[in-house]
Amino acid sequence: MKKTPGPDGAPASPGRRSLLKAGLAVGGLVATGGLARGSEVNPDNLPPNVADWSRYLGAGVDAAPYGVPSEYEAHVVRRSVEWLTASRESSVNFTPLHELDGVITPNGLCFERHHSGVADVNPTDYRLMINGLVDTPLVFTLDDLKRFPRENRLYFLECAANSGMEWRGAQLNGCQFTHGMVHCVMYTGVPLKYLLEEAGVKTNARWVMPEGGDSAGMNRSIPLEKALDDCMVAFKMNGEALRPEQGYPARLVVPGWEGNMWVKWLRRIEVGDEPWHAREETSKYTDLLEGGKARRFTWVMDTKSVITNPSPQAPILHGRGQTVLTGLAWSGNGRITRVDVTTDGGRNWHQARIDGPSLPKALHRFYYEFDWDGSPLLLQSRAHDDAGYVQPTKDALRAARGTNSIYHNNGIQTWEVKADGSVENVEIS
Amino acid sequence: MSRFLKSAALVLALAVAGSMPASAGKLGLGTPATPEEVAAWDIDVRPDGQGLPEGRGTVAEGEAIFSEQCAVCHGDFGEGAGRWPVLAGGAGSLSSHDPVKTIGSYWPYLSTVYDYVYRAMPFGNAQSLSPDETYAIVAYLLYLNDVVTDEEFELSKENFTSIKMPNEGGFIDDTRPEEPMKAAAEPCMTDCKTDVKITKRARIIDVTPEDEEAAGMSVD
Repeated sequence: MKKTPGPDGAPASPGRRSLLKAGLAVGGLVATGGLARGSEVNPDNLPPNVADWSRYLGAGVDAAPYGVPSEYEAHVVRRSVEWLTASRESSVNFTPLHELDGVITPNGLCFERHHSGVADVNPTDYRLMINGLVDTPLVFTLDDLKRFPRENRLYFLECAANSGMEWRGAQLNGCQFTHGMVHCVMYTGVPLKYLLEEAGVKTNARWVMPEGGDSAGMNRSIPLEKALDDCMVAFKMNGEALRPEQGYPARLVVPGWEGNMWVKWLRRIEVGDEPWHAREETSKYTDLLEGGKARRFTWVMDTKSVITNPSPQAPILHGRGQTVLTGLAWSGNGRITRVDVTTDGGRNWHQARIDGPSLPKALHRFYYEFDWDGSPLLLQSRAHDDAGYVQPTKDALRAARGTNSIYHNNGIQTWEVKADGSVENVEIS
Repeated sequence: MSRFLKSAALVLALAVAGSMPASAGKLGLGTPATPEEVAAWDIDVRPDGQGLPEGRGTVAEGEAIFSEQCAVCHGDFGEGAGRWPVLAGGAGSLSSHDPVKTIGSYWPYLSTVYDYVYRAMPFGNAQSLSPDETYAIVAYLLYLNDVVTDEEFELSKENFTSIKMPNEGGFIDDTRPEEPMKAAAEPCMTDCKTDVKITKRARIIDVTPEDEEAAGMSVD
């Protein structure tokens, strides 16, 4: 970030107004005066009347052989920030976290990050080579991979640059843009350990280097210990084939570690005795500290959480009274044990309810129900994990690292809820 | 956490892990890769020189190739065009408010340049350069970054590992575990603050690539 955030209460630039409007419009709202629902209610559909859908036949089976969401959900899509990148092929978009619930991300909404576009790999011609410090270099077909014993695991994948635009201060109005480079799906695949054992790892091996099959040929160094622990080569997500943009037909899964290492369209794994210091672990994915030194090999994604509703793209529309606050928490260290929530800017905290599965290195869903009196709120969430880590404030991170880090910003996020229910990304003392 | 909850969590944890055998043994799957197959796909280069092919190229040769194949995105002198990466300059900027990370100012090892240029460049035409062309481009990038100053300098497999990059010592291992992010004590839950002020507000910055004040978390 080269831009220092402006002073408190700086007038909105035209750019910001138009984005806010767009954000509200996509939320199905009209941004005029107070906040109102977007589509007008049609009394013909309400009691005592009987709606058309209750009288007449709907579409038959196979109207959509591969089902798609309701037309009324057309606004629930991944979005990108145009000015962030030089091209669409080496770019990123963001998962609409504020539109989702539970802990599973639908396949079509998992954020995309490519370095040379989506590789179009024919599964018949797919090959995975293992070479280097092995007894027998091997080439596997996709069918070969599917003959190994499989496992099913639910894991989050977070880009190390998620929330990276917030290092210098609150920047983007929407958890889709501040936190949307995370998703969580169930992977089906083969433990990497089995593939390495098939090739026979030599005793002096210490590292592996996965390499992608796209024209960026993404390569990273991973300690052998991690490769043998819980890495997978996955070919299914949420039960179906990986989506092309998620690495079809096979990708690496590196639980709890930064998403860049989860190499897609995996074509090769080299076994070696030293790390490679590839471009993506030197020029990128190293964390520049105050004073000019940079951390490297910062693999683990730290304990983190965010309130997804209310949030800037998901204002409170119902006015005062019973209100559901919800969000996500995750840790690359293991399980989330607790999430605290404050509505008064950290004066007082309440333990949120974690509901749904609580699995290591997976998203957790939390809720906090409260009676909103209509006064302005300052919302924050704070996650704890079973390794003893507690999510830090952004200022604590800045004190430890400065503001040039780009990566690994797991600081506590603050949303200001105004009296009209609209929400802004802020920071507080 | 109550004792019941703890044991329930343990049961859950056991239920989702440990069902896989520690080893699948040799299953006879996959086909041995021939030396030719491995040689063709094994394109990586390490700092110690492992993986470097035979070849050589000079700064002057590299300049010609760079102008034709690279300058459209990176500028004639590696200064970058639009939001495409800057490849030269930035010396002494890493501790400033506006660090410029380039091959010369930031990259610790020369091998990374060879490895990346061959595997991923030119953008959209990967693995198209010959070893000689790649050595030449890398030599030109060294020249742009003042690591070598002679236009006749020739980079080759033989002298490659003798080149040291300026920021080789600029990296440390992950020291996050030493940061005070573990809970030293139960965090405060009640009456933790008296005064809360909003100190920063989100600003959507209307960024154009030419805007010098672009919110520059560059993604490339």
